[in-house]
Amino acid sequence: MADKVMSIAEAVGELRSGMTIGIGGWGSRRKPMALVRAIARSALTDLTVVSYGGPDIGLLVAAGRVRRVVTGFVSLDSIPLEPHFRRARQLGAVELTELDEGMLHWGLLAAARRLPYLPIRAGLGSDVLRINPELRTVRSPYSDGEELVAMPALTLDVAFVHLNRADRQGNGQYLGPDPYFDDLFCLAAARSFISCERLVDPAELRSGGPAQSLLISRMMVNGVLETPHGAHFTSCVPDYDRDEAFQREYAESAASPQAWDRFRARYLEADEAHYQRAVS
Amino acid sequence: MTGASRVEVCIVACAEAWRGDGEILASSIGLIPRLAAQLARRTFAPDLVLSDGEAGLVGDDGAEGWLPYRAVLGIAATGRRHMMMGASQLDRYGNQNISCIGSWAQPTTQLLGVRGAPGNTINHPTSYWVPRHTRRVFVERVDVVCGIGYDRAAALGPPGNRFHEIRMVVTDKAVLDFQSPDRGMRLRSVHPGVSVDEVVAATGFPLQLPDHVPETRSPSDRELRLIRDQLDPAGLRDHELGR
Repeated sequence: MADKVMSIAEAVGELRSGMTIGIGGWGSRRKPMALVRAIARSALTDLTVVSYGGPDIGLLVAAGRVRRVVTGFVSLDSIPLEPHFRRARQLGAVELTELDEGMLHWGLLAAARRLPYLPIRAGLGSDVLRINPELRTVRSPYSDGEELVAMPALTLDVAFVHLNRADRQGNGQYLGPDPYFDDLFCLAAARSFISCERLVDPAELRSGGPAQSLLISRMMVNGVLETPHGAHFTSCVPDYDRDEAFQREYAESAASPQAWDRFRARYLEADEAHYQRAVS
Repeated sequence: MTGASRVEVCIVACAEAWRGDGEILASSIGLIPRLAAQLARRTFAPDLVLSDGEAGLVGDDGAEGWLPYRAVLGIAATGRRHMMMGASQLDRYGNQNISCIGSWAQPTTQLLGVRGAPGNTINHPTSYWVPRHTRRVFVERVDVVCGIGYDRAAALGPPGNRFHEIRMVVTDKAVLDFQSPDRGMRLRSVHPGVSVDEVVAATGFPLQLPDHVPETRSPSDRELRLIRDQLDPAGLRDHELGR
């Protein structure tokens, strides 16, 4: 079996400006932040980012990597409003496809199933249809004739997710309470890369949790990265909780361009190893 | 038992939203709706299913189930859910906004985003908790319709609107509902110590006013004991109202 272990630079090297990327996790929980930081440091531009949004969105938008965000919310959980995303929206600096959370799920599912769309009730009657004028409805061809939203597939060029454990072939394990939509992000993407807290051999993966904790199968994965503490400052339970103090520092860096420059210089100018030393 | 505080009246009023719902998921955003859902289950709505705020369901004796986000979205689509969420703006027909203030294209204030509000309101009963009843919240027109109100549901028509119900709006001043001929917002009760005029003045559109507006019921001694001794012994509830 192929050994898919690669470096952060190699994974980010798969990206091209203008691509559509999906990022797993939810809000400020189990985000592949080591990869997000590397994208923030890159010269990529005009990315479309699909995410149940947290600091992944805020950081990439603040770094100038993003043309369009596709999401239902952007939140830091304990800090309800993501300040970098807010700032960009209020300056008109980023485009937005704003969807109901269930529509986002359905768009990923349609992509994963190679369907052009899936019907869903969510969105009917709401301004989601006004602010996304490209969305269409579809009428059931059966006797009920019900009109539903035709949620288009959210097909991704690349997906990035972060797991607690993985093996070198790309089997990934989550040990926290919620898988979020990480498997779906991988299936909706042409190429998927998983980072993990710790690379283990298959025997340790099997003994580390029940079979259903093995959320990601190697057949969904093109590359594996070991990025210890790589979800920081988002939560990655049971390995670690959210770093609330650091999250506040991050949030305060949205106060002004000067504050952001200071944050970037201190934490993002060098590489991931430098970041991990700076926050330890 | 000393008299109920305003926030304790609000918790009981929010709990009343779930009365009669049976064995469904009582979802809540924020401390007061969460305390209210817990109170309802401990008293008059014992069949309610409650989340632990993460992916777990908690019964009286601890964990009783697993409901990660993907399953929450699934349950919402089945209709076995009644959610109480917040509202940055609400209009007379119960249209709710939590997305942004100003023009959507370039808002003056970006808020949360539509979150699950469109899907919630089209799929299952929804109620709102507003900790500060003001004209900034209760507006003639919301800037972005996230949760859909009765005029939008009527325009949609059957069968699409058949699961739509805005059960109740609870604020720091009053309880409101939509049990009026044109489904415009109606003043259902005022909290003890609040006048009808005060609520009308804090609302940015004409409210439907019954001939007699009753007072919101006071918590029972048992409810107060549960709130004070078991559900919120640290008194976090006292920091939740607008003033």
